[in-house]
Amino acid sequence: MPIGWYLTVSVLIFCIGAGGVLTRRNPLVILLCLELMLNAANLALVAFARMHGGEAGQVFALIVMVVAACEVTVGLGLIVAIYRRNLPIDVDELHELNG
Amino acid sequence: MSAVLFFIAAIGALAGAIGVVTLRNPFYSVLALVCHLVALAALFLLLRAEFVAAAQVVVYAGAVMVLYVFVVAYVGGGEEYQAGAALRVLGPLFALALAVELCIAMLGSALSGIGGKGAPYVRGFGTPREIGRLFLTSYLFPFELASLLLLVAAIGAVVLARRRRGLDDPELESRLLHTPRPVFTGTMAEAAGLPRIVPELIEAVRAGAELERTDAGS
Repeated sequence: MPIGWYLTVSVLIFCIGAGGVLTRRNPLVILLCLELMLNAANLALVAFARMHGGEAGQVFALIVMVVAACEVTVGLGLIVAIYRRNLPIDVDELHELNG
Repeated sequence: MSAVLFFIAAIGALAGAIGVVTLRNPFYSVLALVCHLVALAALFLLLRAEFVAAAQVVVYAGAVMVLYVFVVAYVGGGEEYQAGAALRVLGPLFALALAVELCIAMLGSALSGIGGKGAPYVRGFGTPREIGRLFLTSYLFPFELASLLLLVAAIGAVVLARRRRGLDDPELESRLLHTPRPVFTGTMAEAAGLPRIVPELIEAVRAGAELERTDAGS
C-alpha cells in the first residue's frame, strides 16, 4: 500500500481523538482520547520511517510510547485522588485552576 | 494480500477509535481502545516495524490497558456528564475541519515518497537488533531520559494517589501521635549508636505515659 494511505488513517484517528477530547467530559475517556491522538502520531512516524528507510522514526515512536505511559500513570493517579476526595469526576466541575 | 490486510487493520483501528469516543460506558471505551491498539499493531507490522508492533501489544494493549481497567473498576462508571450544547456541536465540527485541513495538506505535499510504497526493504529493518543498536549508540541520551521520565512518573503517581486522611480511627491516631516517647528515639543519632538516651528521662516519660493511660481509662 502507498504510504499516503497510512497517513490518511493516521489523520482520521487523530481527528477522532481530538473530537473526543472536546466532546467527552469524563477525564478517563479524555485520557483514552489523548492515547488515540498519540497513537495516530506514532502511526505517522512509523509510516515516515518506512518511507525513508531509516529506523529513527521507529525509535521516536518508542519514545512516544514511554511518554504516553507516563502521562497515563500521572493522569490515572490524579483521577484516583479526585475520587478519594469525593469530588465529581467531571472536567467541567474541576475548574479551580481556571485562573 | 497486503492491501486486504491493510484495509482490515485500518477499519479495525478506525472502528476502535470511534468506539472509544462514542461509547457511554468508560469500561467499553477501554475495551474499544484495546481493539484499536491491536489493529494498529497490525498496521505497524505491515510497515515492517516488528519491534514497535510487539512493544505496542505488550506494553500498550497489555500493561497500560490493565492499569486503565483497574482504575475504571475502582472509580466505577458513574453517571456520565454531558458536555455543554455548544461544545457538543462545535467539537465534531472542529474535528471535521481539522481532518479536511490535514487531508488538503497531505494532498498538496511536495513529499514525493507519499505516493510510493516506501524505501526498498533492507534485511533487518525494524528488528529488535537494529532498534537496540540505535538506542545504545545514536539515541542513547533520549533512551536514558526516557528511563528517568518513567521513574519520575512512577513516583508522581504514588505521591498523587496515596491516602492523605490518616487512620480511620481518629482516637487511635491521636494516641499514636501524642504518645510521649523518649527523646532521640527514631532519630539519626540513635541509629548511629550514640548512647544519648538518659535512663532517668525514659523513666519520667514512662511514668507520664502511665499517668495518661490511667487518665484515659477513668
